[in-house]
Amino acid sequence: MRSKRVVYVPNETSAVSLGANEVAEAIADKTDAVIVRNGSRGMCWLEPMVEVVVGAERIAYGPVTPEDVDGLIESDFLNGGKHDLLLGPTEEIPYLKNQDRWTFQRCGLINPLDLAAYLEHGGFSGLTHALESGPRGVLEQVKKSGLRGRGGAGFPTGIKWQTVADAKADQKYVTCNADEGDSGTFSDRMLMEGDPLTLIEGMIIAGFAVGASRGYVYLRSEYPLTRDIFEKALKVARAGGWLGDDIQGSGFDFDIDLHLGAGSYVCGEETAMLESLEGKAGVIRYKPPLPAVEGLFGKPTVVNNVITLASVPNIIAMSGDRYAEHGVDRSKGTLAFQLAGNVRRGGLVEKAFGVSLRNLIEDFGGGTASGRPIRAVQVGGPLGAYVPAAQLDILLDYEKFAEIGAMIGHGGIVVFDDTVDMAAQARFAMEFCAIESCGKCTPCRIGAVRGVEVIDRIIANENREANLDLLDELCDTMIDGSLCAMGGMTPFPVRSAVKYFPEDFMPPAGDNK
Amino acid sequence: MPAKYDAQIATQIINNFGAKPELLVQILHAFIERYSYISEEAVRQIAYELNISRADVHGVVSFYHDFRTTPPGNRVVKICQAESCQAMGSRELTAYAEKTLGVAMNQTRDDGEVTLEPVYCLGNCACSPAVMIDNKVYGRVDTGRFADLLEKHGGA
Repeated sequence: MRSKRVVYVPNETSAVSLGANEVAEAIADKTDAVIVRNGSRGMCWLEPMVEVVVGAERIAYGPVTPEDVDGLIESDFLNGGKHDLLLGPTEEIPYLKNQDRWTFQRCGLINPLDLAAYLEHGGFSGLTHALESGPRGVLEQVKKSGLRGRGGAGFPTGIKWQTVADAKADQKYVTCNADEGDSGTFSDRMLMEGDPLTLIEGMIIAGFAVGASRGYVYLRSEYPLTRDIFEKALKVARAGGWLGDDIQGSGFDFDIDLHLGAGSYVCGEETAMLESLEGKAGVIRYKPPLPAVEGLFGKPTVVNNVITLASVPNIIAMSGDRYAEHGVDRSKGTLAFQLAGNVRRGGLVEKAFGVSLRNLIEDFGGGTASGRPIRAVQVGGPLGAYVPAAQLDILLDYEKFAEIGAMIGHGGIVVFDDTVDMAAQARFAMEFCAIESCGKCTPCRIGAVRGVEVIDRIIANENREANLDLLDELCDTMIDGSLCAMGGMTPFPVRSAVKYFPEDFMPPAGDNK
Repeated sequence: MPAKYDAQIATQIINNFGAKPELLVQILHAFIERYSYISEEAVRQIAYELNISRADVHGVVSFYHDFRTTPPGNRVVKICQAESCQAMGSRELTAYAEKTLGVAMNQTRDDGEVTLEPVYCLGNCACSPAVMIDNKVYGRVDTGRFADLLEKHGGA
């Protein structure tokens, strides 16, 4: 009797949203294969992507619907048989092969809740190394790596950690911002669903480096599957002695609580997130004091994004210097870019900084899903500028983006084709700010409402020139006077729309619009 | 069906969180999971048991989109309104949903069957437009698929 085949079917939001659970059930019903529910490889356009282990290789098929399963069985897919959906060996798919998979090295490869598989694939080697080298050694490596906050602000992680480490307090905290609210971003979700133990490992290392014994993950409520998987991962880590008291006999105690957000975008701002973690409304705090000095419950607190923390185990395992060999200038290492919106091959692409936007969208993404020309690309979420098609050759580098008044943010790239109405997009930026403003400062709370009104008047061709000037002044007021990025950066998409696509703000002239 | 309000069980929920005011957001989530909305009764009891003012509780409830204060319809349909889904036709999908369901955004239909709401990103942006029906996420939802999904979830 031949041994049973192993089939991987992702248990990940995108795959499940397209029927992965039904596909897994159908394969389980109709074959004797062992089904492993892995994370996603990040090739979302191929989801649900089913992989079969044949010899030493994993052979991929996708996108597979439940209705395809009978045909796959007829084609002997369990032995890698030919079928219209056959993609060949997973590792050879160019989209995956041409990436620099470091932080996402295990994502999609293993069952995320299988501790043995995690260890077998290099998991916890960063933490083991950290416990041996001591807090100072960890801080040194993180600084050398040049790692900057992947949540959007790009602040050097090592300096933040050093500040918390230097602070004197009876209690310190490590908080993980998993309130991934930017449209076009899903890397936090994908990592937490596909390789949650890496985030746990990164948080423990952060706690060890700064002298914190408690961690909190603040996860958005819009991610129910992520919550389910991450809660289980915490249990798996605790049961294995990798979380809780005296981790692996090191004498170091660290535990993590998972808290849910409640549908507020501004809670992705670090001080609003801390307020929410304290059970309050997510109204932002004045800075200073910085959270590193006075953060959660007034104690020194590390606030980092999921990908920042998840990058750390690998950095410690491979050394900061080696991590810093990749990337450009002051943008070191890799970023998990996310291709979304009107793009043919949407998904996650982890690449070293310095890749061009065109390379990502055209070579990886394959252009628009609609087949029409690209007109605009919004990078960095709803507070990021719209980049016109003519500027696609820009390199992804924090400073290069800042030069053109744009930002990389959390690495989300949303593609629009030539049917987009940029006046509507500018209006939406203001409208979103009005909906999500925490209300603490006037430029944001009222400015956004006025912004919608002014744009409406421009679109209606009422006092055009005067209203365009007014919009410009309003943008200045919001940028200069807002307390956080919500009001302070909403003008970026608005201004870029007006600047690069002025024709969309013109009055409808007969058939020309 | 959401449970009928019961003060004893409410106390139990609050005590599951150690009746700690700093866990108010998490307590409110637990109330939503059981009762589907935060009633006046719940606000009063939570304030009392956490030893904070009703205004404090109200302030938190009213701040977050998740904490609805009226019962939702039997089915809750959320359509992502953020940029990535806009780029793939969420505005048209929303118009279609409003027409098919006979209810406007942010409203519950008069017969109490369905609530239609916006959501700003489900993290399914590579498979836009995204929709959530009764807490289940769906991707690549065009009007045809939307109609099929409604059917699956008990009809329009």
